[in-house]
Amino acid sequence: MTALAPATSTPARIRPRRTWAGVLIGVALPVLAVASLFIGVSEVSPAALLEGGPDGDAASLLLLSRVPRTVSAVLVGASLAIAGLIMQMLVRNRFVEPGTTGVTEFATLGMLVSLVLWPGMPVFGKMGVAAIFGLVGTWVFLRVIRQVPVRQLVLVPLVGIMLGGIVGAVTAFVAYRLDLLQSLSQWSLGSFATIMQGRYEYVWIAAVMVVVAWVAADRFSVIGLGEEFAVNLGLDYRRVVAIGMVVIAVITAAVLVTAGMIPFLGLVVPNIVSLIIGDNVRRSIPWVAGLGAVFVLACDILARTLRFPYEIPLGVVVGIVGAGLFLWLLLRRGSRAH
Amino acid sequence: MRTELEAGQADASGRPATRRPRFSWADPGVRLGVLAAVVGVLVALYFFTDVPGSLAFALKVRGLTVAAMAVVAVAVGVSTVLFHTITQNRILTPSIMGFDALYLLIATALVFVFGATAFLRADPLVLWTGQLVVMVGFSMLLFTWLFGGRRRSIHLMLLVGIVLGTFFRSLTSWMQAMLDPLEYQVLTDTAFASLTRPDETLLALSAVLVAVACAAVVPLLGTLDVLTLGEPAAIGLGVRHRRVVMVLFALVSVMVAASTALVGPILFFGLIVANLAYTYAGSFRHAWTLPAAALIGMVCLLGGQLVLEQLLGFGGSLSMVIEFAGGLFFLFLVLRKGAR
Repeated sequence: MTALAPATSTPARIRPRRTWAGVLIGVALPVLAVASLFIGVSEVSPAALLEGGPDGDAASLLLLSRVPRTVSAVLVGASLAIAGLIMQMLVRNRFVEPGTTGVTEFATLGMLVSLVLWPGMPVFGKMGVAAIFGLVGTWVFLRVIRQVPVRQLVLVPLVGIMLGGIVGAVTAFVAYRLDLLQSLSQWSLGSFATIMQGRYEYVWIAAVMVVVAWVAADRFSVIGLGEEFAVNLGLDYRRVVAIGMVVIAVITAAVLVTAGMIPFLGLVVPNIVSLIIGDNVRRSIPWVAGLGAVFVLACDILARTLRFPYEIPLGVVVGIVGAGLFLWLLLRRGSRAH
Repeated sequence: MRTELEAGQADASGRPATRRPRFSWADPGVRLGVLAAVVGVLVALYFFTDVPGSLAFALKVRGLTVAAMAVVAVAVGVSTVLFHTITQNRILTPSIMGFDALYLLIATALVFVFGATAFLRADPLVLWTGQLVVMVGFSMLLFTWLFGGRRRSIHLMLLVGIVLGTFFRSLTSWMQAMLDPLEYQVLTDTAFASLTRPDETLLALSAVLVAVACAAVVPLLGTLDVLTLGEPAAIGLGVRHRRVVMVLFALVSVMVAASTALVGPILFFGLIVANLAYTYAGSFRHAWTLPAAALIGMVCLLGGQLVLEQLLGFGGSLSMVIEFAGGLFFLFLVLRKGAR
């Protein structure tokens, strides 16, 4: 894979790493998920659950708040990481994700537009509008990127970020005019704090998109080899790209509606997986999904415990951890390629 | 018209633009002269239309606004063209390095720690100096770290700057989310650039800074033209690439930081100005494109302010309109020409 970053292809070196990583993810995911269920301001311990309590308080809290929160952390992490992976395959560049290509900003603008024009719209409708805007954003980005010379790998995310910055400025301008700026910055800041039963179910739509991506995984691998190659193999290039765009836009919108913006996730997770097991999408999809879920669960637990009993927004924790990891990936690569 | 003469002289870096034997529209000097004349007319229009009460007072107040516009136009125009030459790319602006994010982070942190009243009462000179030092220091650190060392890739440096910018932004939005809505109100005004009613001392200081930076560019004009050929060619022609780029980058960061600290973040204005300057100047040489960018910046700011105040009847929100137009222009630019 020429344009993509380090696709190490020495199986002898990879196999032990893969086993270790597999064990790590396989153990970490259930452990973190269970921990996530029992961490919080109100006491929910396994003992309290067994006891039942006077009115089954612990159990109802678990069902109303903790389970939705844990489930959405897992789904958001898995789906965002997958969206990043597919974006990277479509653009053939390791440094892109919905957040560095303007897709998230377009979707946010869509949310704001639906909020202003149709305030009474149900969340599902808002998500639809956001997804449509995200789709437009993906399209614009893909068109722009076609013009960038192939060798300038780092230029691609730069252009995407400029694009996102512009759309973000437009959104901020509209929000400022309508006095919605603070509420905009509040709901677009990634957090699971308000997740409750009845407010998180939209992430299941993102989960459906993960399944779609899974089914089409081989096609995305081929797309990652370049348009000419894909067409020569008899692939309907445009259709696969269209599927990818829809998957990315819907995941972005669904995550935005439930949890807000979560930076770097789609960037960092697929890169790390690629270092461990290479670039075959069918093989790497479960890993990307699993590691994404572990990453978000871990960050969410950190967000809840660092300043206990207060909560740091998830977006901030992911932003700090993700920025560190991304810098490491960048500089590690940069030292070799430049 | 004194203003016209002054603008022409100052911005064409000392060269008498219109004194050439033959006049032809293809001559960049003639084009620049026309542009300077337009700026002069706009300044006159801005000064003398709709004077309420005392002329002297109006001249003083409006003079400050025009001076702020001039400082911003020169700083943003010149720095963006220099940045394009360094990065070999015409759709980037120096502000993506995280300048605006850092500016907002500093302001937010101050309000967060000391409260809105302390922030409002603080000496503007101290705030300005602090903003300037932190912003220039940040970009120079980044630069010496990533470009001065063995890696030396400009694009890598930009990307790292952006990552740090995202990091600043998540810190900022976290602090903002915890602020009182009333305190937040104080901050929203710092988030958008405002050109009218600048502080006189800061204006003078910024003007001096920008003027010094511009003066430092003048001896490099020839080298800049060689840099447009690309790094390998420039090195082949005897340019000490790393050193020149270091100096240029320092100048760019001083100019961007000075303008941001004076009027607030301006993201996409430079993009319009620089690209219009390339098309308009009729020459690739920096001796023409740099002053053209500064003058076009003046035309956009003054013209925009006049249209907003006189025709549409609401002043003050010029920077937002320009940001909006800049965004649309960027989209047009990349969709039409691609990202080269």
